[in-house]
Amino acid sequence: MSAFLKLLARNRLALGGLIVMGLVVALALITPLLPLADPDVTNTADRYLRPLSDGHLLGTDQLGRDLLSRLLWGTRLSLGVGAAAAIFAAVSGAAVGIVAGYFGGRTDNLLMRGVDMLMAFPYILLALAIVAALGPGLVNALIAVAVVNIPFFARNIRGITVGLAHKEFVDAAKLAGMSHARIILSEILPNVVPVIVIAMSTTIGWMILETAGLSFLGLGSQPPQADLGSMLGEARSALITNPHVSVIPGFMILVIVMSINLLGDGVRDALDPRLKSGALSRPMAATRVDRRTRPDREIPTEGLLSLEDLHTQFHVKNRVYKAVSGVSLSVKPGECLGVIGESGSGKSVTALSIMGLVASPPGVITGGAARLEGRDMIGAPYPELRSLRGRRVAYIFQDPLATLHPLYKVGDQLIEAISCHRPISKAEGRAKAIELLKSVRIPNAESRIDSYPHEMSGGMRQRVGIAMALANDPDVIIADEPTTALDVTVQAQILSLLDDLRRERGLAIVFITHDFGVVGQLCDRVAVMYAGRIVEQGPTRPVLDAPAHPYTARLIACVPELGEGKRKLEAIPGLPPSVDDLPKGCAFADRCVKVQAGCMVNDIPLERAGARAVRCLHPETEIAEETA
Amino acid sequence: MSIALQVTDLSKTFPVGKKLFGGARGSVKAVHPMTLSVETGETLGIVGESGCGKSTLARMLVGLLPPTTGTIEIEGAALDTADPAAFGKRIQYVFQDPISSLNPRKTIRQIMEAPLRLLHGMDRAAREERIREIFDSVNLRADFLDRYPHEFSGGQAQRIGIARALAAQARILILDEPVSALDVSVQAQVLNLLADLKREFGLTYLFISHDLAVVEAVSDRIAVLYFGSVVEEGRAEEIFAHPRHPYTKLLADSAPVVGRPLRDPETGQAELPNPLDPPPGCAFAKRCPYATEKCRATAPVLEQIGPDQRVACFHPLPAR
Ligand SMILES: Nc1ncnc2c1ncn2[C@@H]1O[C@H](COP(=O)(O)OP(=O)(O)O)[C@@H](O)[C@H]1O
Ligand code: SF4
Ligand code: SF4
Ligand SMILES: [Mg+2]
Repeated sequence: MSAFLKLLARNRLALGGLIVMGLVVALALITPLLPLADPDVTNTADRYLRPLSDGHLLGTDQLGRDLLSRLLWGTRLSLGVGAAAAIFAAVSGAAVGIVAGYFGGRTDNLLMRGVDMLMAFPYILLALAIVAALGPGLVNALIAVAVVNIPFFARNIRGITVGLAHKEFVDAAKLAGMSHARIILSEILPNVVPVIVIAMSTTIGWMILETAGLSFLGLGSQPPQADLGSMLGEARSALITNPHVSVIPGFMILVIVMSINLLGDGVRDALDPRLKSGALSRPMAATRVDRRTRPDREIPTEGLLSLEDLHTQFHVKNRVYKAVSGVSLSVKPGECLGVIGESGSGKSVTALSIMGLVASPPGVITGGAARLEGRDMIGAPYPELRSLRGRRVAYIFQDPLATLHPLYKVGDQLIEAISCHRPISKAEGRAKAIELLKSVRIPNAESRIDSYPHEMSGGMRQRVGIAMALANDPDVIIADEPTTALDVTVQAQILSLLDDLRRERGLAIVFITHDFGVVGQLCDRVAVMYAGRIVEQGPTRPVLDAPAHPYTARLIACVPELGEGKRKLEAIPGLPPSVDDLPKGCAFADRCVKVQAGCMVNDIPLERAGARAVRCLHPETEIAEETA
Repeated sequence: MSIALQVTDLSKTFPVGKKLFGGARGSVKAVHPMTLSVETGETLGIVGESGCGKSTLARMLVGLLPPTTGTIEIEGAALDTADPAAFGKRIQYVFQDPISSLNPRKTIRQIMEAPLRLLHGMDRAAREERIREIFDSVNLRADFLDRYPHEFSGGQAQRIGIARALAAQARILILDEPVSALDVSVQAQVLNLLADLKREFGLTYLFISHDLAVVEAVSDRIAVLYFGSVVEEGRAEEIFAHPRHPYTKLLADSAPVVGRPLRDPETGQAELPNPLDPPPGCAFAKRCPYATEKCRATAPVLEQIGPDQRVACFHPLPAR
């Protein structure tokens, strides 16, 4: 709640709206206590007194009634009627929306068709028709305004409810013996209330305005009772001769509606989860770089792609998440490097840092280099990065829909991917796109090229994702869990495809995964990550057969492997540490069975011996002997 | 051995393209008539790829979906109303996504109390007592009770989900991909917990997963689903080691195993059959290297081919 108020206060306009609205509401509340003249007592001798005249601070109206008193009583009434209409509309709209969304099917169809019918009429016409049918009067105006606003609430709330009704916690509630009524009241409603409140705060201003409009036309409050609309309406004949009588209520309407709308917008923004994470501004085109020391721009390296001591952090409010703390690795052409680790270990952030794709804010690269043929790409000018993205270094993500646009045919997207790096004719582009689809073994490439992404199965889409990555013959492919969401038979197809591609084209692949089986089959070398660091690295088979780091060993042991039958698994107790609060010394210490006092003192260095490296004081096997 | 769960000819057909008034334009058979039984204290694993009907089957078994045909018997008594509350006391469900199975606006205590109060009418003191017992057995601390779901990691949330299922005091649990959303180290913790609970409370499990290695590690028997039908059923230690159905063999060959050379086990192009227009014969025929005319014309039925093995195939692979 206080966080919400803080966010709201950050928005100056909303804060202004809140203050003004607060004053108006306070005034309306204390009106009966104020020493005001009776608003309805006429005194024709004192007609049209100017503001600041004796005994009448704001002057008097055409019947000599005190304007200040009428303004305050009128504001009170207008606010009250607007709020009542908003509550009425919100409650009935939400009820319709929740029932329609929760039960779905025919109930939904009937209710929403009814709502659609209400929406088919122009707004104000409908309100007029309702008042005409019910007869003029404030209560009838209130009903009319509420009714025309019901569809807005019903549609919004229905949308939210449909999403909630399919949530697993609703199924769980049914299995716990809850009735439909109880589920609606205790499971759905609490999740919908915030949406209702936001919707109300953004519409109540318009409802006040609409009620005032009806009163202005003489269909709302009846004389002598004052509300802001009727005051304006009665004064309009003297608009030129005595403008203050209409300007005063008109100004009040303006103030109320403006401050409510500013406040409503502020409330909506403050409750938007995207703002809560502190990401107020638009993400930058490339990750922000803020390195203490600047590595050489260009030095010869052995690998095609090499990372040197990469550090990437997320700065969220006053916390620093050290997502990647000193990762070094390299791949050669035709080589596949596996990066394995549990979620949150920093695999994706490492991969995205290479091409400056980590979202900034909050991401910051705070140190290290990412070299392509020796040239550091971190902090490279944006045009250079852009020309490298896709052309030299391409990505494949877990969800191919993240890279494919849902509204364009896959062929057009492939042609676009090619033509953004080199000019290409239409026919040539199409031929190349078909060739690419064939190279990832999509059947009937000639007809598939005109499909939309949603017309394809998950496996086919991932093939298109790979074809996109191959479009400009990149040298390096970074694949971030490309098969995690796929079925095993499809995974086998994709893996063998990637394997063929790197052998045929000499591609360097960085393959991120959490599956040792996949690493074992596809990768030449493997790097194991834990809490933002590489804890072990080396050729795949030796690492898997004789892991040196206790974490690698425990991780391998806790994954069941096909063909070993029913058994108890060797779980690792506890959880990885949070990267905003890393312990001193070894990050694995609190879960390690070999831990000793020395492990928790200083940072543990990554000790290299031949092709292998391990970050542990008491490794499971001595890697030095083995490679010697 | 008594039968905990007996399913006979259970099937589910979904209408598609429904109009406001009048009937549907077509229908999809998500689960073809299926007969299965699970013995008390046994774990039956169900494997299959996405869209093969695993979750539809599971939801029918707990009464969340009314079946189109067939019967469900729990511990010898038929359950024929699709009323989750009637099912709830006898059979419970553990969901795939632990976080979204907990209402974000309720405390863990409120979540745990619902089944105790509504299914068993316990009073406050009895509920307190029972929740403490259950939390002890799933290794959760009592001070978690007053927190909200978002404060928990996936593994902890899944323990809470399991605790809620235990609170209903059902002796049969349907575990629908209970560890798929978890990291491997946490996955092992939860799988071991499930094994301990089963021993402690004499539970019967139906364990659904797409991960062959996980299913093999926890199950006594396994049924393989393809396109809404059981194509093979057998002992866990046998079924992937010596598959008799060509699809089971394809699954086993596709699973990534360290040391096995990488190759695409399928040479032809394989897409699932169209559920709106299913093929007349064996649903696997298009992908099957052994398919004959007979396979394309008539659908094979599940037949006993060994003491513990059933297979739906005209040309099963040779026994070991
Ligand atoms: N946008 C972000 N804001 C704050 N922290 C983030 C953000 N993205 C990732 N992180 C943190 O960085 C760490 C590494 O994440 P990630 O690289 O995605 O792990 P992996 O890919 O290994 O699962 C995690 O602790 C995560 O919480
Ligand atoms: S350094 Fe110490 S605590 Fe860390 S993994 Fe090695 S033995 Fe365990
Ligand atoms: S019935 Fe025929 S097509 Fe189907 S799996 Fe058996 S051999 Fe293959
Ligand atoms: Mg990741």
